[in-house]
Amino acid sequence: MADQSIISKLNQCFEQPSVQNSIVVLGLVIIGSVIWLGSKNEQWRIAFRRFRHDRIGIFAGVVISIYLLIGALEVIRIPTKEGQSESLLKLIINIPQERSYSAPFAKLQLGQESEFAAAQSSGDPMKIQSAERYRVVGTHILGTNALGNDTLVETLRACKTALLLGGVTSVIYIVLGTLFGLAAGYFRRWVDDVITYVYSTLASIPQILLLVAMLLVWGKGLFSIALALGITMWVDLCRLIRGETMRQAERTYVIAARALGQSTWNILIRHLLPNVMHLVLIKFVLGFSGIVLAEAILSYLGVGSPIGTPSWGVMIDGARNEFSREPLVWWNLTAATTALFGLVLSLNLLGDALRRAFDPKRS
Amino acid sequence: MIAYIFRRLLYAIPTVFGVMLITFILFFVWGSRETMAKAQLGQRARPTEVRNWLHEHGYDKPLIINAAWADSTYHHAEQPWWDSIFIQQIKNFTVFELGESDFNREPIGEKIRSGMIPSLLITAPAMFVGLFLAVALALVQVFYRASALDTGMTVACAVLMSIVPMAYIISAQNLMAVTLKWFPAFGFDLQGWGTIRFLMLPVTVMGVIYLGSDVRLYRSIFLEEIAQDYIRTAQAKGVNARGVLFKHVLKNGAISLITLVVAHLPLLIMGSLLIENFFGIPGLGGLVVNALQKQDFAIVRAAVFIGSLLYLFGLLLTDICYAVADPRIRLS
Repeated sequence: MADQSIISKLNQCFEQPSVQNSIVVLGLVIIGSVIWLGSKNEQWRIAFRRFRHDRIGIFAGVVISIYLLIGALEVIRIPTKEGQSESLLKLIINIPQERSYSAPFAKLQLGQESEFAAAQSSGDPMKIQSAERYRVVGTHILGTNALGNDTLVETLRACKTALLLGGVTSVIYIVLGTLFGLAAGYFRRWVDDVITYVYSTLASIPQILLLVAMLLVWGKGLFSIALALGITMWVDLCRLIRGETMRQAERTYVIAARALGQSTWNILIRHLLPNVMHLVLIKFVLGFSGIVLAEAILSYLGVGSPIGTPSWGVMIDGARNEFSREPLVWWNLTAATTALFGLVLSLNLLGDALRRAFDPKRS
Repeated sequence: MIAYIFRRLLYAIPTVFGVMLITFILFFVWGSRETMAKAQLGQRARPTEVRNWLHEHGYDKPLIINAAWADSTYHHAEQPWWDSIFIQQIKNFTVFELGESDFNREPIGEKIRSGMIPSLLITAPAMFVGLFLAVALALVQVFYRASALDTGMTVACAVLMSIVPMAYIISAQNLMAVTLKWFPAFGFDLQGWGTIRFLMLPVTVMGVIYLGSDVRLYRSIFLEEIAQDYIRTAQAKGVNARGVLFKHVLKNGAISLITLVVAHLPLLIMGSLLIENFFGIPGLGGLVVNALQKQDFAIVRAAVFIGSLLYLFGLLLTDICYAVADPRIRLS
């Protein structure tokens, strides 16, 4: 039906470099405006002063910035001679492609060592000549994958997918969750009833089942994942914002604003939103790690990123049979898992640090 | 009490209906029936084949009501107006008639029934061991709160949470089963005590996967409890730290724990998709993963419905536990 092709069109759209660039620009604008608005907010300034002394938090922030930088290098595309374009990252780390698997720092392709040695010892110039194809052309710190691509480069390229996916998903669920949460918490009555009904119904479907069902129907693709995760993730945020809005709406500053004749919109956006925004920030950072993990799990289950996407999930999925190979191919799985682990751990630690900074008594 | 349970059951009806509606919209309004047919018949299937397949599986009915103008390709002129997919789905789910799988027309109800036991055998022990261990660790953290040990354990939990489940499973399988040969790496057999051999490794891995997030959650519950006024009163009265922890914090925190434990219930029955897939356990999680690989929409649809029913059942149990623990709730 028509709607389904919309999703697959958006999936294709998501692959376009120009779309990815605009997402990055949009992301930078959002981050910038949140920092600018936060710097004027007293509560945020106090939290920032506390955060500056949190060593774990600072460290996690630095690690995340490195990931952001690598992701940015992959997003920026430089036109090469033939009317083609190549990402900046691939141009910086220019490593030739091999024919197939090769171990880290190997001089020869995986499993071809004995044949190469046999050809060398035979003394036949023809055989030596033909055995040259087993030689590895470049130096691969982390070896190469089945297609002969450098594992390190593939791992670094996957940063882009993880960050873009996390960003788009976050925008979807934060907009839904914050708007509905504020509305339910402030208006109460039937608005609250309707919103609560919708999210409690969604929450009653186990998250992983709803995710795989949506992705099965919509088909593989990055936008599918973002939308599916967005639909399942707004529920938690909405619940959180609704509760906090209810608490804040009782406070005197809201009553005063209402007594002064402020419009409902103004009360919601100017008064309530800034006071619940720190919850959104903490949820955003912790939720981001959930998104990165979920992408890997969904890709492994066969409903996530399409094959060929530079993504850690696809790499782990591809490594499924590599562990039962002889000789063992461990570097693809290890590289993808480690890179993913670094990002998710830093996000978790940063989230914890932010929570400590905003609410030191309760953590 | 009976009246309370009855009232709770009545509240669940709109939610169950909502789940049916979401499933219907997702699979039949948003997704197309041709996609379902082509997933089984291949992308190059001829239109007649597709039409026959849809007819065999009862998917060729009109969408919402059987009206002449609804859709000429699926039109059934001689059938009554309620002969539609929507009403069929609602009826089937209501009487637990889960239908046949798209892939080989096996009855889904049968598959789900046979998958429950293996799933329960994996997840129930994992949950109990995990709960016990996580509560114990969380209490240790709360006891030594704001110390280096507390910070270290918090970071350790973050580390545990940040590893992809697949990495745990693959490394455990390779280390414990393939290299050390302590456990079988794969397979399952219901043979009395012999089954334990197959269960040890999946149960352990599952416990470890959820340990990090559980400890964090329980720690925050206990910390919330320890900040309460009655704790200060107890301390002022001279109750020692251990007494405060076990008598006051654990007992009062247990009420919040009930919710979390019951929230794990769908996970308990559905098993862990990844664990069952990796270890070849014929449970519900494995069923769903297989259905995904075969693009079997019918099984996934049934799993979504059954999964949410189990969750709602768990919610009902929580409410009953609450009402038993706290009589005030029954009356409100």
